[in-house]
Amino acid sequence: MAINLKVNGVPRSVTAEPDTPLLYVLRNDFELNGAKYGCGLSQCGACTVLIDGQAVRSCVTPISALEKSEIMTIEGLGSIDKPHVLQQAFIEEQAAQCGYCTNGMIMSAKELLDRNPRPSEPDVRAALASNLCRCGTHNRIIRAVLRAAQANGRT
Amino acid sequence: MNAPVLTRRHFTGGLGALVVAFSLDPNAALAQERLPGSLQNNRKLDGWIRIDPDGTATIFTGKVELGQGILTALAQIAAEEMDLPLARVRMISGDTRQTPNEGQTAGSQSVENSGTALRMACAEARAILIDLAAQRFGVPADQMRVADGVVSTPDGRKIGYGELKPDLNREATAKATPKPPASHKIVGKSIARFDIPAKVTGGLAFVQDMRPVGMLHGRVIRPPRYGSKLDSADDTAAKAIPGVVAVVRDGSFLGVIAEREEQAIKAREALRKSAKWTLGPELPDPARIFEVIKSLPSKDATIGVKQGAMPSNARTFEAVYTKPYMSHGSIGPSCSVAEFKDGRMTVWTHSQGVFPLRTELVKVLKMPAAAIRCVHVEGSGCYGHNGADDVAADAALLARAMPGRPVRLQWMRDDEFGWEPYGPAMVMQAKAALGGDGKIADWQYEVWSNSHSTRPESTDGTNVLAGWYLAEPQKMGPPTSPPQPAGGGDRNAIPLYDFPNQRVVHHFVQDMPIRVSALRTLGAYANVFALESFMDELAAAAGADPIAFRLAHLKDPRARAVIEAVAKKAGWKGGEKGDGTRGRGIGFAKYKNLACYVAVVAEVEIRHGRPPCSPRGRAPRPRTGSPARDSRPSARAGRTRAVTPMRSLPASDPSPRPGFPLAGARLPCGGTRAR
Repeated sequence: MAINLKVNGVPRSVTAEPDTPLLYVLRNDFELNGAKYGCGLSQCGACTVLIDGQAVRSCVTPISALEKSEIMTIEGLGSIDKPHVLQQAFIEEQAAQCGYCTNGMIMSAKELLDRNPRPSEPDVRAALASNLCRCGTHNRIIRAVLRAAQANGRT
Repeated sequence: MNAPVLTRRHFTGGLGALVVAFSLDPNAALAQERLPGSLQNNRKLDGWIRIDPDGTATIFTGKVELGQGILTALAQIAAEEMDLPLARVRMISGDTRQTPNEGQTAGSQSVENSGTALRMACAEARAILIDLAAQRFGVPADQMRVADGVVSTPDGRKIGYGELKPDLNREATAKATPKPPASHKIVGKSIARFDIPAKVTGGLAFVQDMRPVGMLHGRVIRPPRYGSKLDSADDTAAKAIPGVVAVVRDGSFLGVIAEREEQAIKAREALRKSAKWTLGPELPDPARIFEVIKSLPSKDATIGVKQGAMPSNARTFEAVYTKPYMSHGSIGPSCSVAEFKDGRMTVWTHSQGVFPLRTELVKVLKMPAAAIRCVHVEGSGCYGHNGADDVAADAALLARAMPGRPVRLQWMRDDEFGWEPYGPAMVMQAKAALGGDGKIADWQYEVWSNSHSTRPESTDGTNVLAGWYLAEPQKMGPPTSPPQPAGGGDRNAIPLYDFPNQRVVHHFVQDMPIRVSALRTLGAYANVFALESFMDELAAAAGADPIAFRLAHLKDPRARAVIEAVAKKAGWKGGEKGDGTRGRGIGFAKYKNLACYVAVVAEVEIRHGRPPCSPRGRAPRPRTGSPARDSRPSARAGRTRAVTPMRSLPASDPSPRPGFPLAGARLPCGGTRAR
């Protein structure tokens, strides 16, 4: 059946079973690469998107629950040519090894900065605590989020 | 972005790229002059470099990006020697149709081997370009100048690389002199990695992100445990799921293909429920795993023997350390896209070695190598031999059933944890005698370990998973152990400390109760953990400061310098003590016992009742040091673990889960070490 969704401000429609996890629709139907499959169990955070401003695991969120929601993916933040302050900070800090978890880190950080524009380092650690990185890039990621917060403060 | 690295063009297989034949039989190369790095087995210049008409250079490397930044580093080397800006260097890596065969991207050898080859090949290409320009202008070559890909004469006449059309279809000589480090403008600079911008903006960055036209989605159904045989698989329920286009079975290999990814996942569940298996052998009891490993047959080698005088008044100490099986735990499960078209198989893969993978696919698919192309596209970090090669074979087997339709297969989380090769469990047993002078008089050390390399390109059988389960199965390749000094399970087992008496025994255990292979530094970190922990034990017994105790046993000046440097950086105070919940410790090693020296001081705080690796626990503060004379890149601390994954015997694993290890990996944390 056709389900209507609003992604990055744009109305989209998809024909899929209502229980289809949002992750597969974003990736395969809307061709948005940002959200990643990591575990399919809401455990790792690689698939994080914002739904009405809340960081949500798209791998376990059925599309049928989202017809009235605003969905934001990392593609909605900015682009290579016009990166969002968080994306720019991740580039400046080179805050990735493999980069597979990066989407989730940035989207969780986006939720944090939206509600707390000047977080402390412990705030950042707490906000990202359930996003897993296996490469060991944690310190750079935390620096990138703090850098983005500082850049926010200047503008 | 400095240079376009991953583009659609890359994904679709180098459309418009000139394909050059350059490979040479490695055996024929033996009779020839030895060339540096990977030039030795890939001797044609145009195997490494192509000058395009617009003056850009396309650089080919057999090494692949794993998140370590290698393509950026190799581009720096090429741009430096070619006198080209980085933006005009394009990298093509890991493609059996286009690039040199450099085996596996492993063992921290990519700059050493590919970088050396590129440095020499690019210096030679630059010299050829200068000669061509000199001939054209009638000016001696040594008077020509080069900048940004333009060669100019003293009187200002200029010509670009693209116009010179050099013929690089020739043997490298390695006679051109590369630039001295003092004149480097690009090498040695911290350059932003090419691959990161796409990774932070949702660009096409990973094989998982590929979406060729007409692509289908595959999934595989693995047995309940190793060595099981598929008796029957009723596919009625699976085929009733909308979108399912094929159920593929070859012996005990079972897979499904659907139009949509979620349909393939549902069909996988349906097949999992209907499949009937004759189960393979039971796994050993996880509570006894270390006893089991010690009891299995082993090939034993005694290494690092020293014999000297023994003091009569020595006190003896003994400790046993263990390391559990460890998953690579890649955040993204392994993935591959394969397409079988017109009798040819193309596999896009995050394998660490596309040529070795192709060798295995020849055996599994029973197709000639010339009909199989493996192309590297990045995946999630692997840290060694994970499911990358296995999923590529799975995808190829599925794609073969759907000619003309690309099939994307991403393993589910349980596929990866259940079936990838683990880092081997190990047992390290150390005994030492402490003399009356407070110094170690005797050191006896034994290590039990499985193979740390069961990678593709096995000498016999095959080393990709699906091959073992086909109707005409291949056997698993024989376990191997790299020889000393690099070593496998015995890597770093020989201490760098100077002990008058010493004996190290490597028990290379052949049977593999759990599938194992390479994981970060092979046996080194278990051996270094045991060695350094035992040094701490002995320092405490001797009443000595752990840093002073180490220095008292070390002559190697660089080893001493790195320890002294880290102590200084950390503000280490001789004899400092922790308060029971908080303290500092030191670790020291020389990578592979033959590369860079590393020392680390970690400050650790343990909060009662909370796992030390909890995100809310306080992080240790590591300091690293490298001696000023060390010309290598400063030794990075990597991940410093507050509490190590090692456990000591007798291990009291609180909750061995049924089904270990197929139920999933437990990321190591919370182990304690006590005698």
